[in-house]
Amino acid sequence: MIEAPARAYQYGFLDEYAKKEIRRQTLKAVAIPGYQVPYASREMPLARGFGTGGLQITLSLLGPGDTFKVIDQGADDSVNAVNLRKFIVEACPDVSLTTRAEDATIIQTRHRVPEVGMSPGQILVLQVPYPDPLVVVEPNEAKRKQMHGEGDYARLLVKLYEDLVNFGEITISHRYPTRIHGHYVIDPSPIPRHDVPRLHMADALFLFGAGREKRIYAVPPFTRAEPLAFEDVPFRVEHFFDDTGARRPCARCGSRESFLDEFLDSYGRKQFGCSDSDYCARRQESRR
Amino acid sequence: MGYVAIRGGEQAIDEAARALEYLRVRENGKPPVSVDAITTQFHALHGRVLSEGSLYDPELAALALKQTGGDTLEASFLLRAYRSTRPRLADSPVHSTRGMRLIRRISAAFKDIPGGQMLGPTPDYLHRLLRFELADETPEAFRAAARSWLKGAPAERLPESFPKVLDYLRAEGLLEPAVETVQEPFDITRRPLVFPAPRSAALATLSRGETGSVLAIAYSSMRGYGDVHPTVAELRVGYVPVRMPHAITGEPVEVGEVLMTECEVVAMFDKVEGQKPAFGIGYGACFGHNEVKAISMAILDRALQLGARRGPRVPAEDPEFVLLHVDGVDAMGFCQHYKMPHYVTFQSDLDRLRAAQAQPAEVIS
Repeated sequence: MIEAPARAYQYGFLDEYAKKEIRRQTLKAVAIPGYQVPYASREMPLARGFGTGGLQITLSLLGPGDTFKVIDQGADDSVNAVNLRKFIVEACPDVSLTTRAEDATIIQTRHRVPEVGMSPGQILVLQVPYPDPLVVVEPNEAKRKQMHGEGDYARLLVKLYEDLVNFGEITISHRYPTRIHGHYVIDPSPIPRHDVPRLHMADALFLFGAGREKRIYAVPPFTRAEPLAFEDVPFRVEHFFDDTGARRPCARCGSRESFLDEFLDSYGRKQFGCSDSDYCARRQESRR
Repeated sequence: MGYVAIRGGEQAIDEAARALEYLRVRENGKPPVSVDAITTQFHALHGRVLSEGSLYDPELAALALKQTGGDTLEASFLLRAYRSTRPRLADSPVHSTRGMRLIRRISAAFKDIPGGQMLGPTPDYLHRLLRFELADETPEAFRAAARSWLKGAPAERLPESFPKVLDYLRAEGLLEPAVETVQEPFDITRRPLVFPAPRSAALATLSRGETGSVLAIAYSSMRGYGDVHPTVAELRVGYVPVRMPHAITGEPVEVGEVLMTECEVVAMFDKVEGQKPAFGIGYGACFGHNEVKAISMAILDRALQLGARRGPRVPAEDPEFVLLHVDGVDAMGFCQHYKMPHYVTFQSDLDRLRAAQAQPAEVIS
């Protein structure tokens, strides 16, 4: 006979040993900024690729008194963000939820850093599909580990150089390799280049969880985070200039600072709007 | 606590779940399939989920299949996620398959083996012709078929254990010496798999690997991208008694049994410096009755041992290539995730493409 368990989930879903292990590996990651700490990633009730690495870190951290926000591609209301929120409500029933980045103690995110930035004491948990920036130049993990240990990123720089030769531009769009405090280069997860400078000497703690690839790494507060570039070819963020060279505003809130999504309106016209839905909604409210 | 309602997405998710549920129940007027029926009548499907779900719980495996409409990847995933909520209470001692209660046992190496060949339940020598009479099988015919088989079953009991074919080969000095003695096995569910990985970690990863993936990579080794030349020394299917330490005395006590398929292959000998030539061994074992997987796993074990000894020459000998790509739950999840929004990253891609397109022709020619 199959009997349903008395409670659907224990607090935080994971068993206590798993949470303890994740916390320990997270501490190690904070102690060695940018180093990819392997851990025994558990299967979650969400599919791999949907944020299981971030979710495991989040579940190991959340407790009573925390306020949680989750965003997916900048939006609080996209289906995956909604789904993660629903899960947190069930797994951690006494955690408050918010959409306001500045009110959150912990924010789990897929591919964006909130436009309002992060404050001291806050933790941003980033979901990571590919933890190792060297994977584009070296498929063998054992070799990559040695390259990281020796700080040998020559082949990554060669790749950037080859981009310049072939295309006249560095073609890495997101997941821009970023050197942490002068040693390890990380894959900062698929955040746009727009968000990379926010990791540098920040006030908040950034934790990166790769569930399928079973790695945790961190960029602690007040740590240097420098995107790889050349002296004569500086790192550049996405530009949103129109044909006249003016920065495009968000079609909804008018912001000229935010990262924009391009979309087609119902008349088929190309429009630009903020990717950060909460930032945009609150700017629209304040303009009314 | 505060719960801020979110627009749109939430309702869409709920309605999608209802639509999916309707696919399962739409056959109005028919009784739902029972968990028991899945366990017995879909025994092959059920065995796959037991194995790939990495949790030997026959009832929950059947429930998972019922819930997912028979999707092996999703059903295995349900078991894995359930597993994450369970604490590790104790470790069993190392188990031997010598005491397996056999339902099938064959060797392709010798015509006669001590204890005898025992074909057991296998479709191997069936003509694969559709049995149209099953289309409208009556409950009476169904029960009568079972009764008739049981009536014909021989009364004598099988021996408690059968000798292994490998024992004979080893006694003859034809096998390579066992290199890795059984130490604490590497637990891939509690420790991260880092490379180089010990053989026990490789075996555990293969044992819960997705059947099709394990087969595909093993097949690459069989047909051209490898050189294992395996012979099935012995293939066993049966129930292995499970012992656990007694809660008070700590002495191992039998707590049940698990249905397993085990395959031992011997492989053609290679030159190893300082050693007499000898056959190599490949080992495969998984929960449930799944011979394709056990044989494929044994071939991959052999290929990986070769790769470890002299460096991988083909994909099936590369531990990272094999072990990081056979897990069905990992692979299917990542495949499914491509359906999620990628607006931000795509915007970033567009930015780079337009910048590259805007370069003067002489730069990109």
